[in-house]
Amino acid sequence: MIELINLHKSFGKKKVLDGASLTINKGETLTIIGRSGVGKSVMLKHIIRLLEPDSGDVLIDGQNVLAFSRKELMAFRRRFGMLFQGAALFDSMTVDENVGLSLREHTEIPEPEIREIVSKKLRSVGLKDVEHLKPAELSGGMKKRVGLARAIAMNPEYILYDEPTTGLDPIMADAINELIIRMREELNVTSICVTHDMVSAYKISDRIAMIYEGKIIFTGSPDEVKSTDNPIVQQFIQGKAEGPIKAV
Amino acid sequence: MDTTDLNKPIEKFLSLFGQKILRFFKGTGSLALLCKSIILSIPMAVKRRHLVVEQMVFMGVNSLPLVIFTSVFTGAVSAVQAAYQFQGYVPLRYLGTAVGKAVVIELGPVLTALVVAGRVGAAVAAELGTMKVTEQIDALETMALDPVEFLVMPRYLAGLVMLPILTIFSDFVAILGGLAVSVWFVNITSYTFLNGLKAFFELQDLFAGLLKACIFGSIIAIIGCYQGFITEGGAEGVGSSTTKAVVLSSVLILVSDYMIAHLLFG
Ligand SMILES: Nc1ncnc2c1ncn2[C@@H]1O[C@H](COP(=O)(O)OP(=O)(O)O)[C@@H](O)[C@H]1O
Ligand SMILES: [Mg+2]
Repeated sequence: MIELINLHKSFGKKKVLDGASLTINKGETLTIIGRSGVGKSVMLKHIIRLLEPDSGDVLIDGQNVLAFSRKELMAFRRRFGMLFQGAALFDSMTVDENVGLSLREHTEIPEPEIREIVSKKLRSVGLKDVEHLKPAELSGGMKKRVGLARAIAMNPEYILYDEPTTGLDPIMADAINELIIRMREELNVTSICVTHDMVSAYKISDRIAMIYEGKIIFTGSPDEVKSTDNPIVQQFIQGKAEGPIKAV
Repeated sequence: MDTTDLNKPIEKFLSLFGQKILRFFKGTGSLALLCKSIILSIPMAVKRRHLVVEQMVFMGVNSLPLVIFTSVFTGAVSAVQAAYQFQGYVPLRYLGTAVGKAVVIELGPVLTALVVAGRVGAAVAAELGTMKVTEQIDALETMALDPVEFLVMPRYLAGLVMLPILTIFSDFVAILGGLAVSVWFVNITSYTFLNGLKAFFELQDLFAGLLKACIFGSIIAIIGCYQGFITEGGAEGVGSSTTKAVVLSSVLILVSDYMIAHLLFG
């Protein structure tokens, strides 16, 4: 179980998180929705301490992540896979080297088997024969899928997805949704997914949380989200310019 | 600090000044932390030797043509200037001495370092800055891999080792440049020039020059990496980090050159 408790985070004068709290249960897929620039990625980065809050706590199974030593932090991070919003592939490495990096660095698995695993993970995100390419030779959607293959390479307990379907065509987006569902069903992975793609959110989520003005203002199952009378949530999920959230 | 009334000019000035000072100390602090992590990661050089070699080729081998080109002219101009200043005061048989001392102690190490700071310092800051703003450094962290071990340590070692080597080339070529000018335009024989060079040549001068080169190489690598790591805000941020890396390392090279001169020769 991961608990984010009363997180506050500012960048300079700009307050991004203002008392955000959220609990993620073992084995569930939780989706965080909210407008662009509201702090979804910032929240996700707090989970693995890529960012540290100005105040508040991050707990994993009751342990305080912010108190971890460098070594404990490294061990803790190895339980996670993360897909970055812009994929964050290493430019200087090929696709094979990107996806296999953790396997080569952190395990003793022999090289032929690593190649096997890499191409299996690539196939599971719908890619074939791209191992030798450099990130610069891939389209945006392909980069994202390589990033996803890299995130799942080590079969992590937790996967953090930052907008996994943004920039993909609807068919590929649905294939990624299926993959996220499969990860939970087959490997019992706990997933935290950031998105503003509501089709995807309804399909993959056990619970959906909405972030607004630095706080989590609503959490509930997809059905509860659809039927809530919270005007802010309703405006967002229906995608209306009119309402309590101002478009500009 | 936000509570200061910024309409009053003096308070505004003090507030800005205070912020600058705070930022300076924060910067110095994180730079010191970076140096500490680099030292701690040096034992990993054996495991990461391919990365170290890659950087050595990039910093050292690929800089060689530029260093040689600038050094020939540096040696040549130092011969012309020395001959001009000697006129009527100092016998020309000391021309080789003057050129040799100037090149080995000062011109070789400093100009090599400035040229490399422009070429390599900028490239390092741009590369790491791009990795920072595209979250590649975050990705390394997430994969429980140490960015200092992967990115900084190899560049640091490459700077530390390759700058003295480049300086030796630079010294040699610059003296040849000085010799050529002396023979062709000052009308002394190469025998006279080399005799002057040998008569007062001291090994400790050479070592002092190479020691400086080690320090300059460290400055170039560390400042380049540091500026890369603190890059924020997309392509524009990468551009400004690159500029800062070159300016800051050039300034630090000249300042530390003076301080070392004071310690060794003062
Ligand atoms: N490292 C950072 N430094 C400064 N500002 C940041 C940083 N990361 C995010 N921000 C700011 O925080 C806000 C939230 O960003 P983000 O979490 O990326 O939004 P999103 O919800 O679209 O993922 C944005 O205004 C962004 O400019
Ligand atoms: Mg985001």
